[in-house]
Amino acid sequence: MYTAGIDVGAKTVKIVVTQDGKIVERQIVSAGQDAQAAIEEAWQSLDTPLADIGLIVATGSGRKSTKRANGYVTEVAAAAKGAQKTEPEVRTVVDVGAEEGRAIRIDENGKVVDFAINEKCAAGAGAFTEAMARALEVDLPTLAAMSLKSTGNVAMNAQCAVFAESELVTLVHSNTPKEDMAKAIHDAISDRIVSMVRRVGMAEEVMLIGGVALNNGFVASLANDLETSVIVPQDPQLVSAFGAAILGEEGNYAESLSETME
Amino acid sequence: MAEEYWRWTESRWTNPDIDWKKGDIITGGVDVGSVSSQAVVFVDGELYCYGNTRTGSNSPDSAHKAMGLAMEDTGMSLDDLQYTVGTGYGRVNVPFGNRAITEIACHARGANFMYGPTVKTVLDMGGQDCKAIHCDPRGKVTNFLMNDKCAAGTGRGMEVFADLLQVPITQIGELSLQVEKEPPPVSSTCVVFAKSEASSLLREGWPKEKVIAAYCSAMAHRVVTLLERIGVEEDFAITGGIAKNVGVVGRIEKELGITALKPKIDTQIAGAVGAALFGDALVKKERKKG
Repeated sequence: MYTAGIDVGAKTVKIVVTQDGKIVERQIVSAGQDAQAAIEEAWQSLDTPLADIGLIVATGSGRKSTKRANGYVTEVAAAAKGAQKTEPEVRTVVDVGAEEGRAIRIDENGKVVDFAINEKCAAGAGAFTEAMARALEVDLPTLAAMSLKSTGNVAMNAQCAVFAESELVTLVHSNTPKEDMAKAIHDAISDRIVSMVRRVGMAEEVMLIGGVALNNGFVASLANDLETSVIVPQDPQLVSAFGAAILGEEGNYAESLSETME
Repeated sequence: MAEEYWRWTESRWTNPDIDWKKGDIITGGVDVGSVSSQAVVFVDGELYCYGNTRTGSNSPDSAHKAMGLAMEDTGMSLDDLQYTVGTGYGRVNVPFGNRAITEIACHARGANFMYGPTVKTVLDMGGQDCKAIHCDPRGKVTNFLMNDKCAAGTGRGMEVFADLLQVPITQIGELSLQVEKEPPPVSSTCVVFAKSEASSLLREGWPKEKVIAAYCSAMAHRVVTLLERIGVEEDFAITGGIAKNVGVVGRIEKELGITALKPKIDTQIAGAVGAALFGDALVKKERKKG
């Protein structure tokens, strides 16, 4: 019998199937316009037969859209568990998704000691880098690569994604090199994430998860700001779904959705 | 983009009752904001002319452009100004200015002129910031609170929406009032998230008016939380571009349970008006000394 964790995010749906604490299968699907359709598509695309999955635990901002879940866990719990199970030395988990950011401090048992969440402001999440990439008319991997080539030191003044876009336009007009602008963008979002980390207190090792961890321009800015190396696991977007599955195996989940809503 | 829905109309006005050549004290006020720039000329304590333009990528140019527009067809030139005060986001970049004064002070003074000495609370909804100001009967600032970090409650936020919905920004307010039943506000105050939310609502089949109403409602609420932190004492007045948006203004008034004073002068020129009046006071002070 398998256990599955499903993480329904703003942009993607992630599923991790586990057995005895080990990952058996992983799947990630774009959420698109219709979350429920995307969720069903994700389930159907698994190699593991659904009938063999004994327990499904859901997490993520869209977890109420899952019809098949037997249990629910908060994103904080799922991220903490997934990170600690992936790397036992982790004591600070930084989770940056498309629309939310979290900083979580955990103890040696993976128990949450403190956490800070941003779910109100796009400038502290992937939506920021996406908007900036669009403004510069490049795709995200290109933006990341450009920032690593920067030799200058330009800083963004704007805190808000909307204002930052206008600021970028001004920088373009003043012929600022694109590499420097790209670095400024990653430094800006990193600043905001770091202020969340400082609120909960940073303890090594630090692990970065969530889709934005795939942006190595951001990873470089974050490591620089925190003055420590940052662990980025393989498939950082799947860590919370993994955590949900493990919490399922441990029996640490809520049976009703309302128990997990803040 | 073929049509620019966010583009509000640039404008100017001359007071037909004043012959500036007969004036004694002639001062200028320039407010260079991040989104718009205004310039006004005062003659003997009366508003003579003004211009309202979009700020370009260059502050000094924007100051010139605004004053040029204000003076158009008046026969006046920069040399005719005895004193000019600059203010706003780019106030230090008014090349023909004699000094700079903070935008908060200028807005309070300007509101006092535009609305009268009974004004105690001024809400300025600018292009990229939002200010709640308390002032005394002379238009002096006694307290203020500002948000300049977040697009929610600012003109830029509204421009983003006008673009998304493809409705000219000047029509947004009216359109938002065309709903039969007031919809719940969009749940996010963040403009970026509200925009995604609005896209989903449109896909669900919500008509434009309903989406606009939901957004105006969220914006009004956001602004009211800023106001409530400082407290609202009547009389209450609103300045800035969004003061022209009846959808947002109406909802703010409803949530506060207070009616704002009705503007008789273009609400976007408040900062420049205050600046010119400070100039007028400074000229009078200089003359007393001499």
